[in-house]
Amino acid sequence: MGDLYDSQRAMRQMRKAAMQRGVVAILDVGTSKIACLVLRFDGPERLRSVDGVGSMAGQSQFRVIGAATTRSRGVRFGEVDAMQETERAIRTAVQAAQKMANVRVDHVIACLSGARPRSYGLDGALDVAGGMVTEQDISQVMANCDVPDYGANREVLHAQPVNFSLDHRSGLADPRGQIGHRLTTDMHMLTVDATAIQNIFYCIKRCDLELAGLASSAYASGMSTLVEDEQELGAACIDLGGGSTGISVFMKKHMIYTDAVRMGGDHVTSDISMGLQIPAATAERIKTFYGGVVATGMDDREMIEIGGDTGDWEHDRRTVSRAELIGIMRPRVEEILEEVRARLDAAGFEHLPSQQIVLTGGGSQIPGLDGLASKILGQQVRLGRPLRVQGLPQAAIGPAFSSAVGLTLFAANPQDEWWDFEIPADRYPARSLKRAVKWFKDNW
Amino acid sequence: MRPLTAPRRPAAAPRDPAPSKLGYRYQRLMLTSGFRGSVRIGVPILLIAIIAGSWFSKPANREVLNTQILQAKQGFQERPQFMVQSIAISGADESLQLQAAALLPDAFPVSSFELDLEAMRKTIEALDAVKSASVRVGQDGALAVKITPRVPVALWRDGGVLHLIDAGGVQAGAVAVRAERLDLPLIAGDGAKHKITEALALYAGAGPLRTRVRGLVRMGERRWDIILDRDQRILLPSDGAVAALDRVIALNDAQEMLERDVAVVDLRNASRPTLRMNEEAAAALRRVNEAGAYN
Repeated sequence: MGDLYDSQRAMRQMRKAAMQRGVVAILDVGTSKIACLVLRFDGPERLRSVDGVGSMAGQSQFRVIGAATTRSRGVRFGEVDAMQETERAIRTAVQAAQKMANVRVDHVIACLSGARPRSYGLDGALDVAGGMVTEQDISQVMANCDVPDYGANREVLHAQPVNFSLDHRSGLADPRGQIGHRLTTDMHMLTVDATAIQNIFYCIKRCDLELAGLASSAYASGMSTLVEDEQELGAACIDLGGGSTGISVFMKKHMIYTDAVRMGGDHVTSDISMGLQIPAATAERIKTFYGGVVATGMDDREMIEIGGDTGDWEHDRRTVSRAELIGIMRPRVEEILEEVRARLDAAGFEHLPSQQIVLTGGGSQIPGLDGLASKILGQQVRLGRPLRVQGLPQAAIGPAFSSAVGLTLFAANPQDEWWDFEIPADRYPARSLKRAVKWFKDNW
Repeated sequence: MRPLTAPRRPAAAPRDPAPSKLGYRYQRLMLTSGFRGSVRIGVPILLIAIIAGSWFSKPANREVLNTQILQAKQGFQERPQFMVQSIAISGADESLQLQAAALLPDAFPVSSFELDLEAMRKTIEALDAVKSASVRVGQDGALAVKITPRVPVALWRDGGVLHLIDAGGVQAGAVAVRAERLDLPLIAGDGAKHKITEALALYAGAGPLRTRVRGLVRMGERRWDIILDRDQRILLPSDGAVAALDRVIALNDAQEMLERDVAVVDLRNASRPTLRMNEEAAAALRRVNEAGAYN
């Protein structure tokens, strides 16, 4: 397994290099839009010597200096569908953001929403040899985890140690230096389709950019929308995107489950388009202007001109009442939410101490969604907007940007992943100098 | 009633064209700070260099530029306030003035930028009779030359030539005959001109013999002889020459020694002064002694 994470380690090195240069771009490749933010890491806390979380929850160290969004092309269900089109869209967003930032960006941290994520909970155990837990023990206990057979064409996107326990004590965040006999760990591993990652990697490469990190967009949304106590006590973040709906469950400030429903706002739009016989662009516009999920008596009287370009007067003068529109939208939204409910049930969400559900993403802006969601998902539902970060333009603070903002936090304070820890000694190459040094350290 | 105007069309989706790959790369290149800086500074410099180079590559242009520079320079240097009109030599007698004036430029008016004052000073100082000189452009456009002449203190006979010598032993000119400068002592012999002070001290100490002294001769670069008229010679020691001369003067005063027929007074050995008489005197003395012996 040692060489499985080489690409992840390479990306981490790249991220370090980007931090050194001080400029890194965030790319959210979504189905309906592609957002690019340019971050500059030069805040007062860049070289902070004090431990703990800094001022403004550690976000004063970076600043958004460029932001751009573009209509996404060639992306379906959060996966790259047409390579050239996607590349062009990425180029558009990056160029506009660079122009705003007036700085050249070379490193990109990207997130993707689709690619059929699958979560695995792993656990591993180790008898601590020296009595005191060392870094080597931690890497060894993680290497001892039983990795399930996640399929041939899959790639590990996240592998985060969620919990450590030493003998009878559990919930340790950092067991290094503690005395005990038996160290166990729980790990959350997320795998996605390898082809999807390769495609997005290739697209970014073709834009002369270096990929410095890759994250699941559900995870990034959860990072930015869930407040601290929700992350601590247990909450689910539902990111209603364009082509897919991401679900991430957080507990004790760690993501413990991620899944995605391959339905989203685009499906609602196509329903409207099909139901009302109008082009998709008009349907999208009608959805954003007049859409809703709860019909009232007033809505029967509110007529919407849906127009047309055929030249046929009768056809071009069609109107539809808002109640009809809601009647088209609601079943699809219900379907999405019920699918989410099924996924959460499968994950055992009801066993969490707190069952807060936060809706975010562009789809969460449908009026009345929170009422509908509380009927399906439970009582504790709220609409979430991303955290405010420094320098973010007004146009990019909506819930549609929660995964982009989450990625900025991911860039600033990345969570420890498996590959961030030391490599266990027995996985070094046999003739490695490091291995020799380690042998000397262990024996003297 | 239905409106006759066409319904409001929904606004078209904003145009959002993707940049071409070339345009994208160009923008990224221009955002590279090093490249941008070099373009901002390098391109104008290159342009200026090309224009200047193409202009200078034509000989006619170069000539025009040189002429213009020359004219401007000349126009500035030939302003009346920089022009030198005359020469004023001070501190020298007339013959020396004439000698010095011959060495100075004579085409006036001339711009002071064209005069090399340092070289002029050196040529004037190269004259034997000049100890030091200062040359400057003074008021009213006059070239002020101030000469400090050498003061000759002795005549030095070098072979057949009579040189004027100043107190430092440096030649200050020449005279044709001894009679021109009877006021100066005549010295001769090898190394005489380096010991001018000793010679002058002896000459000053000659006192009553002064009128009879014809010259001083340095013997063996060590000591002095005083030559008197009637071919008399006083041989002085190398140390205490003046005292020895005083002794001769005292003897002369007491016994009029030098009035007699004495050829050489030898005082080189202070404890044994010796006289050499002329031949006739010696013979006469011998005769007198013989006569005395027979008597």
